[in-house]
Amino acid sequence: MGVAVEPLLSVNGVTLQYKTKEHLVTATYRVSFDVYSSDRFVLLGPSGCGKSTLLKAAGGYIAPVEGELRLKGQRISKPGPDRVMVFQEFDQLLPWKTVKENAMFALESSARLKGRQAEERAMSYIEKVNLARFADAYPHTLSGGMKQRVAIARGMAMEPDILLMDEPFAALDALTRRKMQDELMQLWEETRFTVLFVTHSIPEAVRIGNRILLLSPHPGQVKAELNSDGSDPEDPATGLRLSERIHNMLFSEEDLGEEPTHV
Amino acid sequence: MSSSPPIREEFVRDRVAEQNFGVVEQPLTVWERVYGNALVRKLFILVALAAIWEAYARYLGNSLVLPTFGETMASFLERIASGELLSRAWVSIHVLLQGYVIGLALAFFFTVLAMTRQLGNDLLETLTAMFNPLPAIALLPLALIWFGLGSPSIVFVLVHAVLWPVALNTHSGFRAVSQTLRMVGRNYGLTGMNYVIRILVPAAFPSILSGLKVGWAFAWRTLIAAELVFGTTSGSGGLGWFIYENKNLLDIPAVFSGLFSVIIIGLLVESLIFRVIEQRTVRKWGMQH
Repeated sequence: MGVAVEPLLSVNGVTLQYKTKEHLVTATYRVSFDVYSSDRFVLLGPSGCGKSTLLKAAGGYIAPVEGELRLKGQRISKPGPDRVMVFQEFDQLLPWKTVKENAMFALESSARLKGRQAEERAMSYIEKVNLARFADAYPHTLSGGMKQRVAIARGMAMEPDILLMDEPFAALDALTRRKMQDELMQLWEETRFTVLFVTHSIPEAVRIGNRILLLSPHPGQVKAELNSDGSDPEDPATGLRLSERIHNMLFSEEDLGEEPTHV
Repeated sequence: MSSSPPIREEFVRDRVAEQNFGVVEQPLTVWERVYGNALVRKLFILVALAAIWEAYARYLGNSLVLPTFGETMASFLERIASGELLSRAWVSIHVLLQGYVIGLALAFFFTVLAMTRQLGNDLLETLTAMFNPLPAIALLPLALIWFGLGSPSIVFVLVHAVLWPVALNTHSGFRAVSQTLRMVGRNYGLTGMNYVIRILVPAAFPSILSGLKVGWAFAWRTLIAAELVFGTTSGSGGLGWFIYENKNLLDIPAVFSGLFSVIIIGLLVESLIFRVIEQRTVRKWGMQH
């Protein structure tokens, strides 16, 4: 089943390192994967597997020590509005701007659209996330879930080549998170955007992703790439559900680390 | 004897319709509303202070030491009416604003430099560590030698009084801007001056505002002190000089009305300018409560 189309984002043998005060930490080691247009590509792994660092590299905030990341064939070297990040933190909205102004700010800062056009585009995406009633509200008056919706609307209003989401629902309560996942899927049905989604939650990965990259930690290396249809199906070969398979793969890795001897 | 909790019946209830609630909202009483108004509370404090002043001054009965509140007010109003206080205040404010604006501009320049260059950062840190603790007024003798007897000397001292506290506050505000907001700004392609003005300045606005306030207060103090030391610039002195002159004339109520003017201007600037800026910015944005 060879894929003839070119990947949108191709990550090729990427090793990422960052410095702390005392150490040089290798976050990922020679990670490669390809994201195609309209993929919901999930990076999944325990903490310490470098998935957020990978996303930042895709965002252009960190340069790889080895390997390269290419978006539509262009090497990624700095942050840019063709790859919009949605962060986990609620403070990613500019507190001095209203919901609508936040979305417009993105469009105007990046010189995509101006004035009336920017406003129309911003409003159409704010409506998509059901926040039209709050267009003139300031972020501090919104709940956590609403803030994340604004951040998603702001990112989508840019109509970027790829949306980079860094655990966007991790700080939400379980009920709201579930609802946001459904809404994200619905948005995807409507607009078929491409998203690279980082999470450490197996159920979230299975629900959101159509393709799941499993990373093992310290440093992050590719463990597996799996397909998902959102229904968590049973694997005919093993009789295990997808989420159980993922669970086993992640945990067997941890057990290995604790074994005192090598074969 | 058993440690398990008692077994209770389960229950499920229907929602009570809203119109059956009874009181959900109740208007506040007049007293609660009056007390809820910060202006009223502060006015009350001012009136009480004036009353204590009046009572103590009458008890003392010596207007050379402490004139009564009434005498001071009479002198104050008389000198306002004659235009003397207003013109003196204007002289002071005129010089003050020059120093303040130049100080702010320099502070902005230094902090932007500090945000963009490592060496600029080191420069600002070293300079603030050196000059912030140095009382601006201590530079006046030098300034008089360098710039002569005139307002340039005072402006120089004022710039010194404003620059360091404002730069210190602005810089620490810039550095406290969250990593997420910075990344958001860069994500949408903001760089250089655009980035500073559209992300850093508004995000650091609470700190910048408190820097502006501190700078304003320092400038005022320094100005009055400088005027007391060497008063008049080309014939017409400011409020500090007014206070000094009247002390020499033993017109103590006038001395008090000079001090009173300084206080009034401080209160006006605080409540009319800084308060309004605060309400329209950091409070509205929920960055300060």
